[in-house]
Amino acid sequence: MAELEVIPENPVEQFLRMERIPHIWCAGCGIGTSVNCFARALIESKVDLDKVAIVSGIGCTGRVAGYLKLDSFHTTHGRAIPFATGLKLANPKLKVIVYSGDGDLFAIGGNHFIHAARRNLDLVIICVNNLIYAMTGGQVAPTTPISALSSTTPYGCYEPPFNLPQLAEAAGATYVARWTTFHVRQLARSMKEALNKEGFSFIEIISPCPTLYQRRNRMGDGLDAMKFYKQRSKIRNGAPTSEVAFDINSDIIVGKFVDRTRPTLLGTMHHQLRERLGEKYACVEEVACH
Amino acid sequence: MAKGSVSIIVERCKGCGFCVEFCPTKVLALSSAFNSKGYHPPYVVAPEKCSGCDLCGMYCPDFAIYGWKIPSNGKPGEDSEDEE
Repeated sequence: MAELEVIPENPVEQFLRMERIPHIWCAGCGIGTSVNCFARALIESKVDLDKVAIVSGIGCTGRVAGYLKLDSFHTTHGRAIPFATGLKLANPKLKVIVYSGDGDLFAIGGNHFIHAARRNLDLVIICVNNLIYAMTGGQVAPTTPISALSSTTPYGCYEPPFNLPQLAEAAGATYVARWTTFHVRQLARSMKEALNKEGFSFIEIISPCPTLYQRRNRMGDGLDAMKFYKQRSKIRNGAPTSEVAFDINSDIIVGKFVDRTRPTLLGTMHHQLRERLGEKYACVEEVACH
Repeated sequence: MAKGSVSIIVERCKGCGFCVEFCPTKVLALSSAFNSKGYHPPYVVAPEKCSGCDLCGMYCPDFAIYGWKIPSNGKPGEDSEDEE
């Protein structure tokens, strides 16, 4: 009989700090699903795990850095990208991944995001977008759809939300994709591509928030959100990002929107300084700590 | 004979039902029993249908379930992610 003598381990467990599991995320939250995809992407991209650093800000998604058994860094609110910038510039051999939420990356950290994209710093930005500030009690976020209820917009949100892929592309990102937590295989593939790509990569993950978004907006639980994504998502790879704005009342456009090449910050820096300083210039990569 | 199997860590489950809903071959169902946190974990209703695709493992937000392929006899190369 081909009965297994050894039952294999859960492939994600090798990346988790098991002493911290079970995690605090609610039943039906999509952040755990995105972590699964990230674990598969790490396995498949065959990156050297000693050269991977993961940086998170504050929030529900900000806890990912605490749960992952990689070199991880849980930073102050909104400042995940500045810390990641420091890590990358001090040690360019590191593969730095910023794993954070929409409130952290686009409200308080919005400026850091656009400037890191403008410079084309070699980072992977994974943004779990649950459409709200979840950990702090469901306040309105820059991604909350029009007329959605939140604890600070009890009569409906009246501010237009950001279109995150368009923002990322306009600011200069070289890789832009959006998936929902329903699209696990595609998400894992995108994460793998982003890990192997040089330049500023941005992946938006639309994720359910059953406790603070769905409940208040009478949208059911996490499973209902997943069925909603399954029903309403349209995969349009290469779609112009100006047409992919997230609107809860129409189709959710997902796919890989941008995949281009631009000179990275470290590349242009070395080029410029070498040109000006010649022999006097000591390349950062040669003096970096290992 | 089933091509794969699933492992369920009952105590980690929060009963969200993602695995049951999205299993392509409908191997799973939510149990009426409770785990110690009061959630209904999934159980295997149709083990022979499991293909070991691990889609349940990719969906599970609580890392409480995962699928694996049963290596067929005499073909050790088929299941490469088994070890390590």
